[in-house]
Amino acid sequence: MKPTDTKDPEYFHKVVDCQYACPAHTPVPEYIRLIAQQRYTEAYMINWESNVFPGVLGRTCDRPCEPACRRGRVEEEPVAICRLKRVAADNKGEVKHLMPQGPFEMNGKKIALIGGGPASLTVARDLAPLGYEIHLYDEWNKGGGMMRTQIPAFRLPEQVLDEEVNYILDMGVHTHFNTFVDSMKGILDKKYDAVFVGTGAPKGRPLRIPGYEEGKDNIHIGIEFLAAVAFEHRETVGGKVIVLGGGNTAMDCCRTSKRIGGEEVTVVVRSPRKDMKASSWEIKDAELEDIAIFNNMPPKEFVIENGKLKGVTFGKVRAEYDENGKRSLIPTGESDVFIEADDVIIAIGQDNAFPWIEKDLGIEFGKWEIPVLDKTTFQSTLSHVFFGGDAAFGPENVITAVAHGHQAAVSIDLFCKGESIHDRPDPMTNLVSQKMGIHEWTYDNDIAADLRYQVAHADKSVTLKDRKMEVELGFDHIEGFKEAQRCLNCDVQTVFTTNLCIECDACVDICPTDCITFTDNGEEADLRTRLSAPAENLSQDLYVSEILPTQRVMLKDEDVCLHCGLCAERCPTAAWDMKKYLYNVTKAYQ
Amino acid sequence: MSYIKPAFHHPSLKPNKVGYLKKDYRGVISTLCAGCGHDSISGAIVQACYEISLEPHKLAKLSGIGCSSKTPTYFLSNSHGFNSVHGRMPSITTGANMANKDLIYLGVSGDGDTASIGMGQFVHAIRRNLNMVYIVMNNGCYGLTKGQDSATADFGSISKEGNANPYQAIDLAGLALELNATFVGRSFSGDKNQLVPMIKAAMSHPGFAFLDVISPCVTFNNTKTSTKSYSHVRDHIEATSTLDYVPFEEEITVDYPEGESAEVELFDGSKIHLSKLAPDFNPTDRFTAVNRLHEAKSKGQILTGLLYINPESKDLHNLMGTSDKPLNQFKQKDLCPGSTKLEEINRAFR
Repeated sequence: MKPTDTKDPEYFHKVVDCQYACPAHTPVPEYIRLIAQQRYTEAYMINWESNVFPGVLGRTCDRPCEPACRRGRVEEEPVAICRLKRVAADNKGEVKHLMPQGPFEMNGKKIALIGGGPASLTVARDLAPLGYEIHLYDEWNKGGGMMRTQIPAFRLPEQVLDEEVNYILDMGVHTHFNTFVDSMKGILDKKYDAVFVGTGAPKGRPLRIPGYEEGKDNIHIGIEFLAAVAFEHRETVGGKVIVLGGGNTAMDCCRTSKRIGGEEVTVVVRSPRKDMKASSWEIKDAELEDIAIFNNMPPKEFVIENGKLKGVTFGKVRAEYDENGKRSLIPTGESDVFIEADDVIIAIGQDNAFPWIEKDLGIEFGKWEIPVLDKTTFQSTLSHVFFGGDAAFGPENVITAVAHGHQAAVSIDLFCKGESIHDRPDPMTNLVSQKMGIHEWTYDNDIAADLRYQVAHADKSVTLKDRKMEVELGFDHIEGFKEAQRCLNCDVQTVFTTNLCIECDACVDICPTDCITFTDNGEEADLRTRLSAPAENLSQDLYVSEILPTQRVMLKDEDVCLHCGLCAERCPTAAWDMKKYLYNVTKAYQ
Repeated sequence: MSYIKPAFHHPSLKPNKVGYLKKDYRGVISTLCAGCGHDSISGAIVQACYEISLEPHKLAKLSGIGCSSKTPTYFLSNSHGFNSVHGRMPSITTGANMANKDLIYLGVSGDGDTASIGMGQFVHAIRRNLNMVYIVMNNGCYGLTKGQDSATADFGSISKEGNANPYQAIDLAGLALELNATFVGRSFSGDKNQLVPMIKAAMSHPGFAFLDVISPCVTFNNTKTSTKSYSHVRDHIEATSTLDYVPFEEEITVDYPEGESAEVELFDGSKIHLSKLAPDFNPTDRFTAVNRLHEAKSKGQILTGLLYINPESKDLHNLMGTSDKPLNQFKQKDLCPGSTKLEEINRAFR
């Protein structure tokens, strides 16, 4: 193998598993350390700069970081990264003065943002401080988009959302609320320098099985139902409710129903439990509220009696998978099941919808009516129109929308300056030794053995009565500290300097997870089998030194390195050093 | 500074045959200087015990005084241990071994603890062929008292202190051969590929198994002019052969080229396989070993590997004809059979 090029900004970035997995590449370990030190305001600002909505995401994020967390590879559960973010948001001090302060010197360029959700708001935040005149259009009376219409208040209190949306709107954004944009041509005619489409995936999929037309009055589309409840257009639901679908929207629908009159609420999913798209913790939270979830039952018919919905008939299936993992649902032959219902909520997916974009404007659409975009720049086939969030590549999540927003803002800024949008600035990186004394580091390198702490819930006898009461109580200071101490500080890198090494083996002997080996060089596949511990996780790199005096190389399997710094503590020549790697993704305003 | 090792281990390292993970053979974090060769030897002991699936309670580690003698704290935390008086580890081991022959005795000593204050004890343990592994962590200096030259420092070697050693060195491996030790090996802390199988073989050997392990002192004796520095040893090391230890129940799976290899079967049925054997070297012939050692020394080379093994070794218990049952398992009733029995014995002599 060739020596590892640690100058490549992506090498050490990849070692910070959580940050690498985060679509917005939030420097997670950096803010977790600050939380442990009770420096909540600074922890919040690190989040805010990177993911824009720390309070919202600390409650509702899909957490792509957590399955990636190294801790999950050395023990049972990853660090509760998401809920730690909430600790920072809940306990922060005054932050507004730390954000870009308007009024900004205007640069004369005007940008239109269609849709007021996380993607558009991110673009606004990145471009407003640079002097762009931002015009934000949304059909509702407030900003926030799906964060407001689709996430129920018992998971995300309105004031948390308002606060973070307002930080952006207060930067001098021109808002055009209660304005449903029904023509792209109309927007283009206003001669904006660039247009950003962040309209999400606003069309809930219907389920056209027998009885749908007749029962329509009591059959609702999930995201429309949630929006109606959020804007208080709907205040009750029938006593018996069936929710169809196994995603997070289904979980939000059933829990919302439970709070506005649903007594017997059932979720019915056609696929097996393990294939459900909902996050495991959201399924768990629904079950804690006595909501039954039935799997392997596809709906067959809405049963109508005397012109009114009476319930739903379900078939019974089992899942079979072919060698490619493709699933087919095979009827088991058991008799159908009828479940009574006053209301049925369909939450089986949602799609992009662009009926408002005229087809002759030069904006091309591909398969599934998804716009044709450059994956890096988010530019459409009409050069000054950009897309982001769910509107770009189909439904994802808030953090992905934020990541899109940052990149689209970079593109828009370059575009408006007349520069190539493909010539993007490099990410900001910094690698600094953490040595303070012979065996002292700036970070706490003791590895806590604690298991993951659970976030306490308010009692359901109270929360089920009030749909606006937040269920999760969040970590307190002490739990927050203890959970933060579980973080392995993966951003503090083990950096090896070949010409300092005397090959004494001290690092090999001390390494608690047997990550380090000195051996003859070879091909990667071969090397992976002859290390101190076999390196079976192919997604994790091997760190390879240059050739040592004994003609061997140092190999470190990054997979389960605890970043405990013992190799560097036991190294007599400081060939190992612990260096903190900061990686900030390219943004228009940083 | 870390003083507690993290509890986690590499998930692809599985438990051995007796259900222990490698970390179960470790000790607490070393307080020796960073980069000390002794820590590597501790690492090799951990590796060897994990690989042969030793049950930790079946081993006793004993030591004297010195940097080397501190190391039993840094390996095999779940085994028995005795940190004894300076140079007196062989006596303590003898006593322990006499009382309970069922344990593996691992004695750890240094060049001061063995070649100076403990010399008298050392030679007599060899003479009696006490069943133990005797490891000398040999760094040629007294590290614990600021690095003065020890009795094993080579003539002319210059440590950090700066003066050439005017005295002749005691070659412990040569001495052990001279005294008819039944297992003599030499190795280097920086060569685990050689050291680990050698420790395993030594543990299987019934009798006194001596390992002289050169172990650089990074703080006082790792200068370019020292003959016990990492770089000097690496430049002058010469191996008699490469060594494989094959436990009793396992098949030999490696193909060894003929003529360049030899096999020695140990008392317990396990085998030592030597390959890439130096020409005319026979590990069971003491005279070649002595000659080779002298030749290498005259060329300034450090001869390592298994130097000599006597497959017919009979240990002290065997020589004394002690009972098969360990002495510590006898009850008072067995040991004091009473006056009637005494009368009977006395009558036999009349």
